[in-house]
Amino acid sequence: MRHALAALRVICHREALRFLGQRARMLAALVRPLVWLFVFAAGFRAALGLSITPPYQTYITYETYIVPGLCGMILLFNGMQSSLSLVMDREMGTMRLLLTAPLPRWWLLSCKLIAGALISVLQAYAFLAICALYGITFSPLGYVAILPALFLTALMVGALGIALSSTIKQLENFAGVMNFVIFPMFFLSTALYPLWKMAEASALLETICRLNPFSYGVESIRFALYLTPNPLAWGVCLTALIVFMALALWGYDPAKRMIGRKI
Amino acid sequence: MSGRMTGLSVENITHDWGAKRALDAVSFTVAPGQFCALLGPNGAGKSTLFGLLTRLFTPRSGQIEIAGHDVSSDPLGALSKTGVVFQQPTLDLDLSVWRNMLYFAGLHGITGRAARLAASEALDRLGMEERASERVRELNGGHRRRLEIARALMHRPEVLLLDEPTVGLDAQTRSDLVAHVHGLAQDTGLAVLWATHLTDEIWSGDRLVVLHRGQVLEQGPVPVTGAALTAHFLRLTESEGA
Repeated sequence: MRHALAALRVICHREALRFLGQRARMLAALVRPLVWLFVFAAGFRAALGLSITPPYQTYITYETYIVPGLCGMILLFNGMQSSLSLVMDREMGTMRLLLTAPLPRWWLLSCKLIAGALISVLQAYAFLAICALYGITFSPLGYVAILPALFLTALMVGALGIALSSTIKQLENFAGVMNFVIFPMFFLSTALYPLWKMAEASALLETICRLNPFSYGVESIRFALYLTPNPLAWGVCLTALIVFMALALWGYDPAKRMIGRKI
Repeated sequence: MSGRMTGLSVENITHDWGAKRALDAVSFTVAPGQFCALLGPNGAGKSTLFGLLTRLFTPRSGQIEIAGHDVSSDPLGALSKTGVVFQQPTLDLDLSVWRNMLYFAGLHGITGRAARLAASEALDRLGMEERASERVRELNGGHRRRLEIARALMHRPEVLLLDEPTVGLDAQTRSDLVAHVHGLAQDTGLAVLWATHLTDEIWSGDRLVVLHRGQVLEQGPVPVTGAALTAHFLRLTESEGA
């Protein structure tokens, strides 16, 4: 147990050092949602009317609506980037060092996942702090209540990233993941528009949003922010996390021919 | 396979990459304190064998034991007794020498004062202590290799695996490393498997395993050294290829 925790600590430490060393990544991770908040949301405020739907008990501005979605965006982009750095680790050889440590492979991959998720959560809080300075605030308890929701969502998208990383041969394929996984997951979710608004546009879009596990990540954050329970969102996120992690472990199974060749 | 062997034991290992047979019924042993050179040209299957020894992937058939631990049934026991230097560097270039050492220590469950002591001792053994605070990116190829060997010894393994560790190094650095690892085997009782395609890295008294096209062509004490070994090796591989 001590050994397992020691490994978790050094993997988290390495991830943090790497993140702090990549100032551009740190900045991009914050600027991206802020651009959406200051530019996109400001423009849409006038065009979009939002009715009162749970967890909201009064009319809210569009900026307030998309804050949980933008927190989700941070988790999604950062989680994917962190997990896909496994592809870079593989190219650089450091993956071998990780996988030859005398610990179960599921734990080593979980350590990597937890480390990435912790950094994502910290970034989400940094974003919320800027939102507060901008005037978008929530109840103090709301900030505490979203912690598990943020962490669970970060783990879910990170696990998907690890599963994808086992199928990617080279880092160049990251652009493909961006276009075919990250963008659709973000846009076809409840991050930017509520489900009823999607339904007005197209029943198909609404169905896709309902099937997208990222929608439930965003909703778990949104509901937690207003201290409203949402067991469905939590249940879906947890199930998706288990499924994605199982896929990731299958992808990195030493008995599987293809990953052996790539490592 | 006899009970709890020490050192390294490889028995009847076969592995395929798709339709291509990479290793075909490979068997050999390396006793504690022995320096075993795994000699083979590029593409002989050396790196595949290293992947199997370190359980990056598992063989189709056969058995590997490291310090008495079966790699298939007790992989964690086997890995905890294995030090490994891969052909491709596995250092984090953006971290300092010291941080790389502590990262490895943590992965092997060594923490706190014990980790600092082990890191310091291992760096000292390889003459790298004064470089502890330097970023790995700033080190030259020879120092990076020495760092990797120092790191591989930090958890006091019983078996040290090195896959062409001298690739890209100048003659002097190469010869120093070869001498150092020979010394380690003699002085500490470490079982060393040193994969190479360079015959001048093999000393009289070493054990030799010649691997060619996934098969062991010859094994036993080194029959000759230097140019004579090169000629011997070429004769072996050419007659096999003919």
